[in-house]
Amino acid sequence: MTISTDFGVWIAALLTLCVFSFLYKDNPLYKFAEHLFVGVSAGYYIALNYWTVVDQYLVIPLRAAFDGSQAGGPFQAQMQDYRGWLIVPAVLGVLLFTRLFTRLSWMSRWSLAVVMGVFAGLKTTGFAQGDLVAQVQASLVPLWIPGDLWGSLNAILFTVGLVTSLLFFFYSREHKGVLGGVSRVGVWFLMISFGAGYGYTVMSRISLLIGRFQFLLVDWLHVR
Amino acid sequence: MPLAASVRRLVPFALLLVVLASPAPAAAVASADSLRAPAPPTGLLYADVPNDAGHAMSLTWTLSPDDTGRAGVVSGYFLERATTPGGPWAIVDSVESGTRAFTDLTVQREVTYFYRVAAFGPGGTTRAGAAAGPAIGRATWFNVSRVSVLVFLLAFFLLVLYYMYMAQTGRKPFVRRLAGIDAIEEAIGRATEMGRPVLYVPGIQDIDEIQTVAGLVILESVAKMTARYDTPLRVPVSYPIPFTIAQEMVRSGHVDAGRPDAYDPESVQFVSPEQFAYVAAITGIMLRERPAAHLFVGSFYGESLMLSETGYATGAIQIAATANVHQLPFFVVACDHTLIGEEIFAASAYLSGEARLVGGLKGADMLKLVIVAVVIAGCLLETFGIHTLTVWMQTQ
Repeated sequence: MTISTDFGVWIAALLTLCVFSFLYKDNPLYKFAEHLFVGVSAGYYIALNYWTVVDQYLVIPLRAAFDGSQAGGPFQAQMQDYRGWLIVPAVLGVLLFTRLFTRLSWMSRWSLAVVMGVFAGLKTTGFAQGDLVAQVQASLVPLWIPGDLWGSLNAILFTVGLVTSLLFFFYSREHKGVLGGVSRVGVWFLMISFGAGYGYTVMSRISLLIGRFQFLLVDWLHVR
Repeated sequence: MPLAASVRRLVPFALLLVVLASPAPAAAVASADSLRAPAPPTGLLYADVPNDAGHAMSLTWTLSPDDTGRAGVVSGYFLERATTPGGPWAIVDSVESGTRAFTDLTVQREVTYFYRVAAFGPGGTTRAGAAAGPAIGRATWFNVSRVSVLVFLLAFFLLVLYYMYMAQTGRKPFVRRLAGIDAIEEAIGRATEMGRPVLYVPGIQDIDEIQTVAGLVILESVAKMTARYDTPLRVPVSYPIPFTIAQEMVRSGHVDAGRPDAYDPESVQFVSPEQFAYVAAITGIMLRERPAAHLFVGSFYGESLMLSETGYATGAIQIAATANVHQLPFFVVACDHTLIGEEIFAASAYLSGEARLVGGLKGADMLKLVIVAVVIAGCLLETFGIHTLTVWMQTQ
């Protein structure tokens, strides 16, 4: 058996063991790995976001807009090319940093209001089309398919599950009487689907663990 | 003569070659065919793709008579485009033989184009005689294929506005008790009695996830309760914008509780957008600071079981709320109470009791009844072979 001579593999393997030591109890090795992981990932995120978001979508287009080469001036925008107008989100972004100054921190709320409002608006139309209408449309199935008994039963079961689950999330009435019975059926449907989802997801988690053991045994210790 | 003798000796071989070659006259013809240029495609038609921003042009043509489906004369077609009928021509794209239509998605809005189609094969390329055009991509203000989306949105907003108005004029709608939400106050009360903090985790997604928004709205009510009971609150956040909003929410909660002086900006902590680094930090907080109540409200993925399992081991009371279907089973088994799916969005209205939010909740409830009615009606119509409703709801 030969052990890896790759420095990176050694670092990764030792940090994996540090994290696994948490299975015994919280200890300095785990704390070291935890703090290293949090610090490195936060720093990586900042660098990654600067080069993939700020530089690409703000700095480069703004530089191109104001270098005098664009016909019609910096605010001459084509479809999906806003160029000079990017100065507006740039100012809003800078305003977020006013939180660092107590007396000016109120200005950051303007940026937050824009962020919340824009995302709420975008999500509303996106959700209405992609989820609400599309899902309801896909749910309109024939309840009886001639010559296909199982298909018909499947369609009926699906529709009953959909309607009863939906009525479980009805908050304007107490769940008593007919509504209580219907919503109880809905809970059963939900719990059965959760049970199936639980088994499926546990399998995928086990495969993640196997992947980590494979790294330790194959990449690090070269056990084949 | 040696030459004549040699020729005589070769005769049988020549005959053999003739015999061997005789079964393949078709292949020979095909080979000869494939060396000639294909006949041109004809009837190129263009049409501006409707309901778009003017960036697509639909093209159809009649296949070359040599495009018979067998490999040989026609290998494919390529489309060319120019801004004047005389060119210069630029190739837009190529498609394989047998293709009769293509959509050019590289059109500039309000620019005039001319198209031509050419068939190509091993024998060469033949262009259609005439160019088609002028083709102009035009933007449409209204996408008629999404009328159903507009109708549902209008119904939703009208219902919400109506019930908000009703609530604000004193007719506050009834909202049934939700055990999971009631348990939040119990959990905070327990943390207060034990003199330990409350841990609030608003999920691992950025502000573009609506569950994160819901988690941050609920955070304000939770901060109000912890401020009232003078219980420490810990809020680790994974992204910068939710971090800033979380600070605002916690501060606002303290102000609403009449305890602005008790607000500690350090109670909200930016950790890391990296999923498992975030988890590592939270499990550390759970084990070292020993919060008595863990509230997981927002969008969660693979970390749900790690968080709830570690929290379970610490003996804290745990309440989770998420709409991520695949994570709900883990929260259901490892937490004391779980708010399922849409309950996370109802929680903010329920907790605050604010007339506008409760009115909005009632409006959403009414939309659910509309959806149930549409589903039942649509299924019955489909059963009787009537597809009008299904087609109307189809979106592009």
